[in-house]
Amino acid sequence: MRKKWWKILAVLIICAVIINGLLGPVPRLFILHESIRNVYFHVPMWSAMIVMYLISVIYSVKYLNTGKQEYDLMAIEAVNTGITFCFFGLATGMLWANITWGEPWPNDPKLNGSAIATLMYLAYLVLRNALEEEQKRAKISAVYNIFAFPIIIVLLYILPKMTDSLHPGSGGNATFGQLQMSNELRPTFYAAMIGWPIIAFWICSMRYRVRLLERKEQEIDS
Amino acid sequence: MTLLQQVKTLILKDIILEWRSKYAINGILLYVVSTVFVCYQAFKSVDTTVWNALFWIIMLFASINAINKSFVQENPNRQLYYYSVVDPRAIILAKVIYNMLLMTILATIAYFVYSIIFQNPLGDPTLYFISVILGSISFASVFTMISGISSKAGNNSTLMAILSFPAIIPLLIVLIKLSRNAIEGLERAASMREIIVLLAINVITITISLLLFPYLWRD
Repeated sequence: MRKKWWKILAVLIICAVIINGLLGPVPRLFILHESIRNVYFHVPMWSAMIVMYLISVIYSVKYLNTGKQEYDLMAIEAVNTGITFCFFGLATGMLWANITWGEPWPNDPKLNGSAIATLMYLAYLVLRNALEEEQKRAKISAVYNIFAFPIIIVLLYILPKMTDSLHPGSGGNATFGQLQMSNELRPTFYAAMIGWPIIAFWICSMRYRVRLLERKEQEIDS
Repeated sequence: MTLLQQVKTLILKDIILEWRSKYAINGILLYVVSTVFVCYQAFKSVDTTVWNALFWIIMLFASINAINKSFVQENPNRQLYYYSVVDPRAIILAKVIYNMLLMTILATIAYFVYSIIFQNPLGDPTLYFISVILGSISFASVFTMISGISSKAGNNSTLMAILSFPAIIPLLIVLIKLSRNAIEGLERAASMREIIVLLAINVITITISLLLFPYLWRD
């Protein structure tokens, strides 16, 4: 029970967010109307993604320092989970953009940035597949992972702030804090921002343990 | 020898090796000039936006070709020898600085050839030239580390392209913005933020390369 509490908490948070997000009261906003509910689902996907990538980088650093294969498995599974959440984020974002901005893929720096960041992590996966030897693969991909991460931070969080963007918080647009993100939205939004990364971490840790078991099985077989 | 002396010796070695064969510089020069000429034949005259984009695309491919070779031109045994006598950080630093020099020379020549063949009025030629220099430095600092990674991974050029394109796009976005400011002849102060971002990205990538290369080098 002591180890399970955060999983139960995450499930409860997400259930509450989904129910409250779809049924709860929302302010009537110009253009956005009811689609503001997507803020509970679209934004947390990105928070989950960036948390996953951060975990992956931390484990890559740990791997380079110690050389333990387990850390490499954790890094790759974190990237896998992160990419999944990135696709979810793109999908919800495209739906939302189609309704509010008129097209699924407007030319917006944040959109393009996230697409490029996805390419970078897909390149990471390609790099892993290109290498046969296990230790070499772990080491080289860890190096690339750490090298790519600051570039992604620049791409997602610094460049969009410099240019005009349709997203809030960039190019003179108000951030959520300044935009009177009404107090009706806040509790559900913050809960979602905490809940989804925990779910992502849960998925990631499960995949990691499956990997560990697979490896153990291989060791027994051979 | 201290780190700086090692870096100096390694850079000199690279320059001498290059001077003896003049392989990279001539090959890349020919590549740049012929690409510019092909573009000229295809487009004849272009508007400013295309002019700018075309120049950066030519520079991008030229620099990938130039830097791709930086870790494979010497055979593995000699690399093993370097590893036993010098600090790995000296090797990456020397490669980065050497590639920066090479790219700066190439970019300068490419810029002059390009602007002679393709006549185009520039609002602020000095600022454009600064952006060309900054661009070649940034290409060198990002691609050197990535070519190190791809050379360890069997060095196929597809991998180099896959790994380096996403990594260079943020830089390219800032560079294109800066050079567009230069073409339009905006005030210098308006472009300061781009220059600072470029320099900051360079500092970050070089620092990370220095930290990571010792791990990459060890086989």
